[in-house]
Amino acid sequence: MFFDSDLLTSALRALTPILLAALGGAVCERAGVFNIGLEGMMLMGCFTAVTTSWFTGSPWLGVLAAALASAAYSLILAVGAVTLRGDAVVLGIAMNLLAVGLTGFLLRTTFGVQGTFDDPSLAGLPLVGGFSPLAYLAWAAVGVSALLLSRHVWGLRLRGVGEAPDAAATLGVSPTRYKYAAVLASGVLCGLAGAQLALGNVTLFSENMTAGRGWIAVVAVMLGRALPLGVLLAALLFGLAEAAGFRLQGLGMPQQATDAAPYVVTLVALFLSTAQRRRRNARTTGVAS
Amino acid sequence: MALPLDPARNTRIARITRIARIKGALRSPVTFSVVAGLVIGALFLVGTGADPLAAYGAVVSGSLGADGIGSTLTTGTSVLGMALALAIPLRAGLINLGGDGQMVLGGIAAAVTGLYSPLPAPLTVVLALLAGVAAGAAYAALAALCENRFGVPLLVSSLLLSYPATSLASYLVRYPLKEPGSSLPQTRRLPEGVALPAFGTSTVTAGLVLVVLAAAAYWFADRRTAIGYEIRMTGLNPRFAAYAGVERKGLTLRLVSTSGALAGLVGSIGVLSFPYRFLDGSLTAPGYTWTGLTAALLAAAAPLGTVLASFFFAVLSVGGLSMERTTEVPRELTQVLQAIVIVFLAARLRFPRPRRRKAQGPTAQGPAPEKPTGQGPADRQPPAQEPASQGEFA
Repeated sequence: MFFDSDLLTSALRALTPILLAALGGAVCERAGVFNIGLEGMMLMGCFTAVTTSWFTGSPWLGVLAAALASAAYSLILAVGAVTLRGDAVVLGIAMNLLAVGLTGFLLRTTFGVQGTFDDPSLAGLPLVGGFSPLAYLAWAAVGVSALLLSRHVWGLRLRGVGEAPDAAATLGVSPTRYKYAAVLASGVLCGLAGAQLALGNVTLFSENMTAGRGWIAVVAVMLGRALPLGVLLAALLFGLAEAAGFRLQGLGMPQQATDAAPYVVTLVALFLSTAQRRRRNARTTGVAS
Repeated sequence: MALPLDPARNTRIARITRIARIKGALRSPVTFSVVAGLVIGALFLVGTGADPLAAYGAVVSGSLGADGIGSTLTTGTSVLGMALALAIPLRAGLINLGGDGQMVLGGIAAAVTGLYSPLPAPLTVVLALLAGVAAGAAYAALAALCENRFGVPLLVSSLLLSYPATSLASYLVRYPLKEPGSSLPQTRRLPEGVALPAFGTSTVTAGLVLVVLAAAAYWFADRRTAIGYEIRMTGLNPRFAAYAGVERKGLTLRLVSTSGALAGLVGSIGVLSFPYRFLDGSLTAPGYTWTGLTAALLAAAAPLGTVLASFFFAVLSVGGLSMERTTEVPRELTQVLQAIVIVFLAARLRFPRPRRRKAQGPTAQGPAPEKPTGQGPADRQPPAQEPASQGEFA
């Protein structure tokens, strides 16, 4: 059997980091900050989680430290894009590059190794019912963020700030404060995503180990139109592609083909969703594209 | 405007404008970012117990000294090529992040042509270069079509397309094209004579000349032709450009294909120089795409600035190696430095204006007129946002 419960389990495992990061991206998007620094924030989370877990022996402290470090790192985007009104796209790209360099640099100065830090005494996250606790947290975060965004006054204000900052400001809602909160929340979520990747999915740190997952998360935000449930579906699609890739690899497909699968699937999904959206727009407005 | 009757007055005006321009350049965000990057790098060096002056000295002597200059120029060839590849669309506000994929496909196309072409060696070299250019351009055109036809933002489509391309190349050199009997994932060595001519005994090849020619062509097109004007106008204000009759989709396709062509050129230069074969990862591992992107961003895609910034970053990355040798500071520090420069640049920080008159606010006026940075992506609505969330910055 190709499609069985094992496949679903490994798909759910693969999707957790993407989901956490993408939820962060969705919150930012709703607040009107385009965040493509997810990849870098995740990588900072990975490194901090591994370092803290190794020095303290506690993976939980690693998770906490990852969330804090990634939130601190996200301040670059908050200060640069919100306060100084810089270009969020360029800042995001620079943050991704900075994270690769910084974690590589710290890996060598801290552990004296290059490439991968992999130590038997490094404590990973325990599994509860087959999943790391962070996976449950991610699913809960989908519900919580969906409710917050659609029901709670914070979520409504956040969306207001994203859609019409001037109007929000007129009503006494500080766009700056909400945008900062959104960026910091995305930092925390990306930190958790990184911790899951480095202490949950595997127990090691290797240079650039996020390998494009932050970018997939950016795409998941687009695919899911920044709705938590939509983001969940998009992340599930990616998780399935990655899990199916592993399965196919076991059946003798070359690794290079299965490595590429998630990106191709994501791209195709992106085509289909935008094409469909266009058709719908064309129907309602009578104008193509 | 000034009456040409009084030559003394004219030279005085010329001197004042020159001083103003120098002052403006020194106060520009570019200068601030580079200086701030170097200062923060120095703090890192102090943090690791190294002497910053000695480390920076090692960077300079290691990259510009007799032993290092060849290496710097070789690296500079690839960095400048990729920087141009990214600068050309960036001038119009488009960001092509798929340089790795385009470069690798260019490299593999050049390797296949070089290995199997029946033509004499010199013609094969030309053919291999053309094949690399064509492969890169075609793959980049695919990303442009994604944006034009399907509304997938170029930033994302180009980057996502990069992964299958590098995977494909990796597959090819591990299985069908693999050198028989070798343990490395690499193709056979190109036949004798199928190589770019090198300068003397150095590793610097005619590839440098090709890339510099490309830079010159870009400078000429940017400064002297209508298309260059259209590109800059689109970059400064896409809506106005569209209103003035610039056809956006066609422009995107042409610019991104040109960009991919240059990336493909870099890939084929890499294959037609040492090690004269396609080795998995040898094109992407040094991170030319990202270094090139930082150089293009630092220069705000201006032609001469891109050349200077590329040289600066080539010096940094080659010098980083000798810094590692002499001070034991990891060479990753130079990558940190590059990224910090761009972070500061994107945040539009600059040295404060000396307070004499407090006339205009620095940001309220929009693009600062004195430096090319004002035309950079910082003042523009990023193209990637349009489909995702409809123009909230408009």
